[in-house]
Amino acid sequence: MTAKRKEKLSQAVVYVKLKEGVLDPQGLTIKKALEKLGYQNVKEVRSGKFFEIVFDSNGSKPRAKFLNEISDKLLANPVIEKFEIEVLK
Amino acid sequence: MKFGVVIFPGSNCDYDAYKVVSDVLKEKVEFLWHKETSLDNYDCIILPGGFSYGDYLRTGAVARFSPIMKSILKFANKGGLVWGICNGFQILLEAGLLPGSMLMNSHLRFVCKNIYIKVERNDLPYTSACQVGQILKIPVAHKDGNYYISQNELLDLERNNQVIFRYCDENGNITQASNPNGSLANIAGICNKEGNVIGLMPHPERASEKILGSDDGRNLFWSLVQHTNGASN
Repeated sequence: MTAKRKEKLSQAVVYVKLKEGVLDPQGLTIKKALEKLGYQNVKEVRSGKFFEIVFDSNGSKPRAKFLNEISDKLLANPVIEKFEIEVLK
Repeated sequence: MKFGVVIFPGSNCDYDAYKVVSDVLKEKVEFLWHKETSLDNYDCIILPGGFSYGDYLRTGAVARFSPIMKSILKFANKGGLVWGICNGFQILLEAGLLPGSMLMNSHLRFVCKNIYIKVERNDLPYTSACQVGQILKIPVAHKDGNYYISQNELLDLERNNQVIFRYCDENGNITQASNPNGSLANIAGICNKEGNVIGLMPHPERASEKILGSDDGRNLFWSLVQHTNGASN
């Protein structure tokens, strides 16, 4: 019997947020909803999204250059959004 | 004149645009699957409305990488007429062929109704049959039509007269109440600096026959035909 090849994966998370100054109608609505629920101390809510990405990298961590490239090219729209990258393992 | 109407997975105004050209204008038109790469022999490429790739990630964000887009970029750079309607406009923004971006409508709802837009300039192939200040009644149908651009770029856009259409009331007043989505400066449609690439959120192809409630949208199609056929005669 051949031993199963153990997959070596690495993970990263890309957080995409609206740039400062860009109107966030969703964030505003969530803030209003929180106020209606009685949470009066919420000053601001900004909505965004994140992407959990798993790589088959043979054990090496995904390179920052690569993550920057995919974030800038597809995951975020640089006109309105900015991104942050977190490499998990 | 020959039009090409691109079909992306999820386009849904492709037939409307096709029918206006073939049945109302009686001009040549062909569908172009988004994997096509040859745009030879076309005068105008329409990127129609719809929900390409389900609007996943952001509107137009995935469609902009369709194989046909490289050819459209070349076609546009050579001066070819590229017309984005609604989702087509969103794709052109993502592709960088037009400046700015779309945000979700300020009221967070899908808006589908007749609105009025004011023609800001008629020196373009798309508006040559219109008058400056003319008011067109055309429907919108979108959730992400809230046009946004940075303040500096907005100044450039205005300085270069790149705003072609603005939302207005039926008397032509540009008011907050007549703005269906929160767009900056009531912007409904813009062009590139050269004027050969335009995008607008309203749907002229849904308002090109009286039976549909308005035929004001036909002015845009008719402008293109007059411009192109006139130039080649």
